[in-house]
This record gives sequence, C-alpha cells and structure tokens, in this order.
Amino acid sequence: MTVNVLIGGAAGQGIDTAAAILEKILKQAGYHVFTVRDFMSRIRGGHNFIQIRFGSEPVHSHTHNLDLILALNEETISLHQAELSDNGLIVCDSTTHADDSRLLPLPLNEISKKLGNPRVAGSVAIGTLMALFGLSPELANPVLPSFLNEKYISINQKAVAEGYKLAQQRWSVPSGSCQDWMILSGNKALALGALAAGLKFYAAYPMSPSTGIMEYLAEQSTHCGIVVEQAEDEIAAINMAIGASFAGVRSMTGTSGGGFSLMVEALGLAGITETPLVVVDVQRPGPATGLPTRTEQSDLKFVVSASQGEFPRLVIAMRHHQDLFYQTIRAFNLAERYQIPVILLSDQYLADASATVLPFSLDNLTIETPVQPPEDISDYKRYQITESGVSPRVIPGDPRFLTTADSDEHDEWGRITESAEVRNQMVDKRMRKLDGLKRELEEPELIGDESCDILLVGWGSMYGPLQEAVATLNQEGQHHPGCVSALVFSDIFPLPTKRLTHIAGQARLIVNVEQNATGQIAGLIREYTGLACGRSLLKYDGRQMTGEEIVAGIRKIREVAYE
Amino acid sequence: MNDHMHQTQSFDTYETAWCPGCGNFSILPCLQKALTQLNLDPHHVLMVAGIGQAAKTPQYISANGFCGLHGRALPPAIAAKIANEKLTVIVETGEGDSYGEGGNHFIHNIRRNVDITHFVHDNQIYGLTKGQASPTSEIGHVTGVQTNGNINQPLNPVFLALAAGAGFVARAFSGDQKQLVQIMMDAIQYPGYALVDILQPCISFNKVNTFASYKDRVQPLTDSHDPTDFSQAVQAATQTGEQIPTGIFYRVEKPTFHTRHPVLADHSPLIEQTCDPSRIKDLIQSFV
Repeated sequence: MTVNVLIGGAAGQGIDTAAAILEKILKQAGYHVFTVRDFMSRIRGGHNFIQIRFGSEPVHSHTHNLDLILALNEETISLHQAELSDNGLIVCDSTTHADDSRLLPLPLNEISKKLGNPRVAGSVAIGTLMALFGLSPELANPVLPSFLNEKYISINQKAVAEGYKLAQQRWSVPSGSCQDWMILSGNKALALGALAAGLKFYAAYPMSPSTGIMEYLAEQSTHCGIVVEQAEDEIAAINMAIGASFAGVRSMTGTSGGGFSLMVEALGLAGITETPLVVVDVQRPGPATGLPTRTEQSDLKFVVSASQGEFPRLVIAMRHHQDLFYQTIRAFNLAERYQIPVILLSDQYLADASATVLPFSLDNLTIETPVQPPEDISDYKRYQITESGVSPRVIPGDPRFLTTADSDEHDEWGRITESAEVRNQMVDKRMRKLDGLKRELEEPELIGDESCDILLVGWGSMYGPLQEAVATLNQEGQHHPGCVSALVFSDIFPLPTKRLTHIAGQARLIVNVEQNATGQIAGLIREYTGLACGRSLLKYDGRQMTGEEIVAGIRKIREVAYE
Repeated sequence: MNDHMHQTQSFDTYETAWCPGCGNFSILPCLQKALTQLNLDPHHVLMVAGIGQAAKTPQYISANGFCGLHGRALPPAIAAKIANEKLTVIVETGEGDSYGEGGNHFIHNIRRNVDITHFVHDNQIYGLTKGQASPTSEIGHVTGVQTNGNINQPLNPVFLALAAGAGFVARAFSGDQKQLVQIMMDAIQYPGYALVDILQPCISFNKVNTFASYKDRVQPLTDSHDPTDFSQAVQAATQTGEQIPTGIFYRVEKPTFHTRHPVLADHSPLIEQTCDPSRIKDLIQSFV
C-alpha cells in the first residue's frame, strides 16, 4: 500500500522546504519514499507542486492518483481535485474557497500568526499530516534543524505540535524498515558518487536542472578539498575539466542539453587527446530553451554522436538513485581506464526526485590511476600504439618524462602529423579501445521473466514507471493474454545487445517506452541489432510517464495484438 | 634540435612549420631564453595553446604541452594550474585565438587571476586561415574577406586587459628581443595573470603591418613610466598616433585565485590533496 500526497502552492510559498521536511519525517518513520517535483520556470507565483509517495514496500516512481492534497493556494485544488481519490482529503486553510466535499479547512494561517510568524503555516500543516498518518509527533524534532535556520527551529516545532492537534489518524500505513536508509535527490546522489570517486575539480555554468549538482559539490568544497568553479560558459567549463584532468586530477562538468550543445567540440578534444572526462547531461525538453524545469529523454541520439569525427565514448543512462551514485563512480574509472569521455545521462525527473535508498557503500570502492610507462624506458610515447589502444599517461610535472597532448592528429609522441599511415594507426588505436570497453558493458536490467510475449524496452529514468507497469500488467496476466517484461538500459552506448537479442528472440512484440517524440532507443536498437520495435509508447509533454500510463498504453496495444 | 620530446633537462627547440621570415621565429628563442634564465625545470613547465600559427609553439619547445581547441587555450591552462600549482603554466597563442574566438575566456580569466602567463602573438591578421582580418586589424585593411577594407574598429587588448582588472599588462615587439626576453621573464615571475601582447609581422599575409612599419613606430616606455600607476598605464595603453609604446604598462600585485580560494590557499597543490573516505561516509550519513 502506498499513500500519495500532493503539496501545491505558488513559487515562494515554501512548499519545497515543507516537502523536504515531510519526506524526511516519513523516512524516519520507516517508510519507503519517492518524491517528485514539478516546478514552473519562475521564482515567484505560478503553480508548483511536489508529490510525496510513501509506503511499506519500495516505491519506484510517482502516480497521479492522489490520497491527500495539501493546498497552500486555491489553484492547487482546482488543478488537482480530479486526481484525488473519493475518500481522499484536501487540507487547506480555513479561508480557502473551494467546492469539494473532501475539503478539510483548518486554521493554518491563524495558528501561525498566533505563534508570531505567518511563514510557519507549512509546519502547522506538516503536524496535521503527521496526525492523519498516525505518526508520532516526536519524529519532527530531530528533522527540523536540518532544514531550518537555527532561530526558526523552536517556532516551527511549536507549529508542528499545534498542527498535530487539528486532526485524528486517518490512514494506517504499515511501516517499512527505512529508518536507517538515506533520502536524497538524484542530483545529490550523483554529486556524492563523484566525490566518492575522488572528484577534485568541477566546472560548470548554471543550468536547470543540473545546477543542483554544482550547488552540492560547492557546499562540500572545503569538506572534501575540491575546487568547484563557475565557468563563464559551458565551453569554458568542459575545457577547464579537460585541462584539470590532463594535469592529473579527476574532473567533471555538468549541464543540460543546451549547455551540452556548447560542449560538443571539446568532447572531441577529450576524444583525440585521450583525456579522461566525465560529462553529465541532466536532460530537459528541447530544442533550444525548451521547457527549462521539466523532463525529457531526448538527448540520447545527440550525445552518442555529438562532436565531429569519430572517437570512442561511453554513455551511461541513470535509471535510479543507486545508478546515480554507483554508475558515477564507475564512469570515472572507465574514463581513466580507457582514457575516454564518459557521458552520464540523467534527467529532470530523477535529478529533482528524492528517493529512499540503502546507505551508499564504499566497500568495493576502487579509484583507478593513470597507467604508467615502464620505469626503464628512455623514450616515452604518450600515444604509444598498443594492442588495447590504451597508452601510458604521464601527468605533467613528472620528472621522468615530458608529455604533450594535441587536438591535431599526432604521432606517438603527441607531435602534429599529417602522415596518412600514422593517421590510420591513431584512429585504429583509439577505436580499438572499444573492444575492451564492450567486453565490460553492463547488460540492461530485466524486469519480469525472460520468456515474455511483450517486451518493453526503456532506458534511464523510465526504470521506475516500467517497474510498476510490469508488476500491474502481470497481475492481470490470468485475465489477459500476453505476459510482459521490460529491459531497462543503463549502459546504453555502445549498446549492449546480448540480453536484448536473447530475450527479444522469444518475444512476440517489442515496445519501446520513452520520454521523447521519436523513439530514440528504438533507433539505436534497429541500428545495432536489426530488431524492430513494433510499437512505441512515447511522451514528450515534459511530465514523466507514470506506471499507469504505461499500463493503459500496453493494454491498448495488447488488445490489438491479440484480437 | 631534437627528434622527440623526451628531454627533461633543457628547453630545446624543434624544427617548425612556420613561413620563413615569420615573427614567431624571433619569439621562440626569446621564450627559450626566458625559461632558461629563470632556471625552470622543463618538466615543471606546461605550455598551453589553442589553434593557429603561434599556437604551434608548444610543439616546438621541450616542455609539457597542451594544444587544445581554437579560442580555448585559457580554460585548460587555468584549470591545469588549479590542479597543480607547481606547474609554471604559459599560454602562447595568437590574437585571433585569444581575443576573437576566445574573447569571453580572456575577460573572465582576468577576473579569476590564476597565476598563469599569456603571451599573445599579435600580427593583426589571421595567418593559419590565410589572411583574414583579426580582432586587432586596422580599419581599412583589405583582405580576401574584408575586400573593401576592414570596417570594424580594432580591439585594444592592453586597454581591455587594464579595464578588466589585469595586474600585469605589457606590450612587446618581436623585433626587440632583449626587451621581449625581459618582459617574458617578468611576466612569468608575476604572481597572477600576466598578459603580454607581442606585436609581430606576418610576412605572408599582412602587407600593412610590416616589420619595418613596427620597427619605425615602436617606442619602449621610458624610465619615467610608473607601472604601478593605473592612470599612466591607461595613458600608455590608449596612446594613438605614430608611436606604439612597448614595455610593462602596469604591474601591481593582487590576490590570486589560489590565495583567495579556501581549498588552495595555504594548502598543498590540489593534485596532492586527498579526501579521506571517512569524509564521504559523513556525507552519506547526513542523508540518513
């Protein structure tokens, strides 16, 4: 059982803080939590909402079926009352005008004024919600200090206590066991992964929805001894990251599609100079400025081919918060091992979503260092032709050898050349790195059984909704023909094809499920396996597909396919 | 001359691909001399460039080298210095690279004031692409693209650098090697971002600003010039007319990126700092 709460209001009304406090309280109560944030691209006004979904079992994604609405303005009610279940509740201030039998008007503002600060109305409401969910009121006390300025803690504690008195328990949700888990946003999980991987230098230009990564890293700058530099533009950001990596420290840059567009030439610079680099693209709908604060998966085909010329690269799509941490660490090591750029594809949905996860483990953490030339050589060749394609990488400052990198085609010593023979050798050497890389690609995760009639194929953040959809569809299995499984890619370019071709061979129909208009992974699959996705479920309105939407779409497809 | 770049003992130079008579031929030995006289170890020197004729310099001298993208020499250079402050980082590249394609980086890296040196080979023409107007080409300069003469005002890089807050601003001439070596040494030793705009002839594509025309017009600043006086610097930088002043226009010490940065100031170089895993565990715990 899950309960789904929507907190809505105008920008500037503090819904973000209220949601951050509530989700942490729920986690402390032991629940699995998944929170999604829907923001307009403005600082004040408009309509923003946050949905917090919690339960005793893992929650993988969001749903639009609401159980409770906390409305800080009237617009929240008119926009969302249709999504509220019949026995749901709308908690709002007593002065709110709305025609709905599920309204629970409470003196939130009056109490907060009495307490001496009208801005604590959100905390009064948190108290009320805690009462409705039957949570112990003490749970709030250790949580509040993490989110509030010290001088406001005590008044907010009082506000929660007052709000708690306003309602009786309404829901009884069996508790989970997440008390000792983490709850954090996708951007923070990725940033944490980078720090664990030994990141020392991060350069970026602020761009929604990637800015949270830079903010978190900057916040930890002195704690972890890293330099976070706000660049003058994304071109500078990636060129700085390449320069720092060349000079021997682990580097990363992050942006969204628009900024990535500016970084494209330098991606090739990392490619030809064989400088390890991690680039994060937190996708949002394009083209151009698109929908700045919303979500899409439309940069896949762009990033797999971005930059002129040909060079090896790895693209990893983030499926969930575990990926955001562990795949980021892996990205740094693969970037170093193969001396290539690695692109991490996240999106606004994951970046801004908070989820409960088992505390990240550093037990198997390894940090790979540049492969060094043998001690006894006298003639160091930075771009030595090797079987693996990987050459020893000396860091400038090494008293043994000098090192030179050049964006021009170069010989083994890094000196410019136009020799046809050397050109071929160098292209072959660089591309040979793919042989090793392909051998260690991770196959997509299978949700459901290997033998299935309908195989759904998705990537990145579609993992959560697909997880829910497959569970629902297979529960209906006895009444409907066609069992459903899903493959969800994280390593996505080069495309791992083994598990896909194996399972697709037995399936009657492949359906690609993507948050874009053109079915980008279907295109990649066609290109690298010849397999055709017979149907597709696509969404590109900037709002993440839900499990229910996938279920509805597959039901339709199933009806037609099994007529 | 050497075949390959593995000499870590001295600043040897290599065979170049420049046109005979190019001003770059005068600048390279000055660089070599400056580095040698400063007694620097080649392995502690990193030469960074973008793309262009001047940008080939890192290829021709025995030091570490990074030849990146056109216009993008400064970002990797300052980042390399941030990563390892033990490196002496020198950007050596052309005016199209520095002021045209890389104009934004030029302005903002003056603001950062990372301790690097920026030698701009300024021949007032695009050489590698065979003779189009550069940001410093004079009005009326006829080229294959500016067929009726350049109609855009030339940029004054030394004045711009002063206005943007650079602490070391100089102009030199490739034909005055003695002065150039001294300015190069002063610039490299200056703790902060140092700009040296080096006027040089382009024998192949610039028939306007020839060696002779520079030779007749350059005029070293006299001893009465006070390089710590901003207004004197501005006056020299904006001087118009027949004479082109050369020398160090401005030199004042300012806090650098490193001295202001909490992670870098009074700490070992970034590359030598390690983050204890317990600190990452603290962060993980902060989300529990």
